[in-house]
Amino acid sequence: MDDFSSLMAGFQVALSWQNIGFMAIGVVLGIIVGVLPGLGGPNGVAILLPLTFGMDPTSAIILLSSIYWGALFGGAITSILFNIPGEAWSVATTFDGYPMAVQGRAAEALTAAFTASFIGAISGVILITFVAPLVASFALRFGPAEFFAVFLLTFCSFIGMGRDNRSKILASLCIGFLLAAVGLDSISGDLRMTFGSLELMRGFDFLIVVIGLFGVSEILLTVEEGLVFKGKQAKIDLKVVLRTWVGLPRYWATLLRSAAVGMWMGVTPGGAIAASFMGYGLAKRFSKRGKNFGKGEIEGVLAPETAAHAAGTAALLPMLALGIPGSATAAVLLGGLLVWGLQPGPLLFIEQKEFVWGLIASMYLGNIAGLVIVLATVPLFAAIMRVPFSYVAPVILIVCAIGAYTISNSIFDIWLMLLFGIVGYVFKKLDYPLAPLVLALVLGDRAEDAFRQALLGSAGSLNVFWANGLVGTLVVLAMLLLLWGPVSDVIGAARGRGRADEKPAAAE
Amino acid sequence: MTLPSESETQPGLSRRPVERIVATILIGLALVVLYDSYGRGAGWDNGPQNGFFPARVGWIFLAASLFILVQSFRSPVDGIFVSYAQLGQVVRVLGPLFLFVALIQPLGLYVAAAVFIVVFMAIVATSRWYAIGLTAVLVPVVCFWVFEIQFRVPLPKGPLEAALGY
Repeated sequence: MDDFSSLMAGFQVALSWQNIGFMAIGVVLGIIVGVLPGLGGPNGVAILLPLTFGMDPTSAIILLSSIYWGALFGGAITSILFNIPGEAWSVATTFDGYPMAVQGRAAEALTAAFTASFIGAISGVILITFVAPLVASFALRFGPAEFFAVFLLTFCSFIGMGRDNRSKILASLCIGFLLAAVGLDSISGDLRMTFGSLELMRGFDFLIVVIGLFGVSEILLTVEEGLVFKGKQAKIDLKVVLRTWVGLPRYWATLLRSAAVGMWMGVTPGGAIAASFMGYGLAKRFSKRGKNFGKGEIEGVLAPETAAHAAGTAALLPMLALGIPGSATAAVLLGGLLVWGLQPGPLLFIEQKEFVWGLIASMYLGNIAGLVIVLATVPLFAAIMRVPFSYVAPVILIVCAIGAYTISNSIFDIWLMLLFGIVGYVFKKLDYPLAPLVLALVLGDRAEDAFRQALLGSAGSLNVFWANGLVGTLVVLAMLLLLWGPVSDVIGAARGRGRADEKPAAAE
Repeated sequence: MTLPSESETQPGLSRRPVERIVATILIGLALVVLYDSYGRGAGWDNGPQNGFFPARVGWIFLAASLFILVQSFRSPVDGIFVSYAQLGQVVRVLGPLFLFVALIQPLGLYVAAAVFIVVFMAIVATSRWYAIGLTAVLVPVVCFWVFEIQFRVPLPKGPLEAALGY
């Protein structure tokens, strides 16, 4: 009840005209940043952070978190209309979102994505509001072994749920891990797999790989079929929105499951990316129409969007309550708090009550503002699609190059982007799934650190991975998911409907 | 996404050799990883050495790539990887793109972008010359305004920007 009255006081802070204005500006800026591939949420917040130093901390954090909401929404627009995920967590949204757009259901897909984002984010905020202290103290009990088990669970669910050639999924995962391993080793400080190259010392930034694999390769695949742009039109009108909303309650189980997975992955630093893939994978497993996933199933849009946004929002929970950022954007926001002289942690809730609850209230309001603004402005952003391909393609490629360059101010990165563009093109044509590669690339370092630290603690004994109930349960779940696929294949083959006559459904 | 059926009627590169070449490259990469990891130490020296994790992933990678190669020999169906007509289209985009990236160092990103737009649109040849010219000027200028002035992201600049005082 005490929390409730604090929240109401927070709404009073957030509901000033000035703060609502900042929310609107933030959301629009965020959508722009989210639509441009390679800029994205964390970068957008980081670039605009210095502009807010002169502002009142509450207004500043409201502006920055609104940029973040806007970026989350904007990512869905490019994923669905262009098949280019603006962020790694929108990758899973492209699997069904783009096919829906191809079938002329872009407006439905966008409405579903925005609404799912909204539901996910609001669940995250509710979590922060009510169970923050409880969940945070639980995550505190996590050691390296538990962290590794969470990562393992993610990877195994990927192989288990995949309908692609499993050896290709595995190879794709391995490539991601190995790309992540290139460069400076965070534990020993030694260089790995750089072969004397100075440029490789930095390692491979996932954004460069993603821009190449998804952005550039998609343009190459598009021109193959003549120079016609495959981006889809989206005219969102109230009728489509309402019709989509009326259909949503049917998917309550998917929404609930994805929100739960997302919140879990957000608080334990599995992150929004892992959450979106897991949400998608679970929805595919449990849906009656699982076989149609990847061909334009609305659940395939709802699940990853809900999970990613629940995770992205829940990642702010350990940041606020413990001072441990659960995501890159949370880390940037944490940096901002420190600049304003606010020390995130349990004491923040006591000493800066007004600020914390103002922020939490603004999360509710920012999301509502975001949903309204994004639904209203989609036609504007989608108007790009009416411009002929010969104009749009070079612009996209130039923006991709700019995005790749700005990550570490290196022209070498633009060449890398080009290389990964060609790799992505070949891999897509040969049905190598790209999503596991990106997932392993993003989580690789953290998974490896957790693995090595766990082994250090146990002097090399693998027993550490079933030393207690928590880690044991996670590992057993991971193994079950890993074996699920092959076992169901065998059962399927025994029933005389083996994979041989099944058309391989590409995950991309 | 291209469905194999769309291109099966046209002449082109067949899929199986490409599949084998890619698998062979992956096997090569796995061997490079293993060579590097064992060279630095992939064992246990008061804790896992820094090649410990990559080496284990490397072995799994090698196994998966070998399996893909074996599969490519056993697979009964063979389709077209890319038809020659499609390959031509891809080269028409990749060519100017390579030129663009190569020009960034000497000319700066904005001028390189203008050149890229002109070359790309001329090759595609669906636009009138004045539209091409306008796009080639407007896009870099808008990019400059957004990134250099609004977001304060310094992008590579060349002699033209220097002459203009940036």
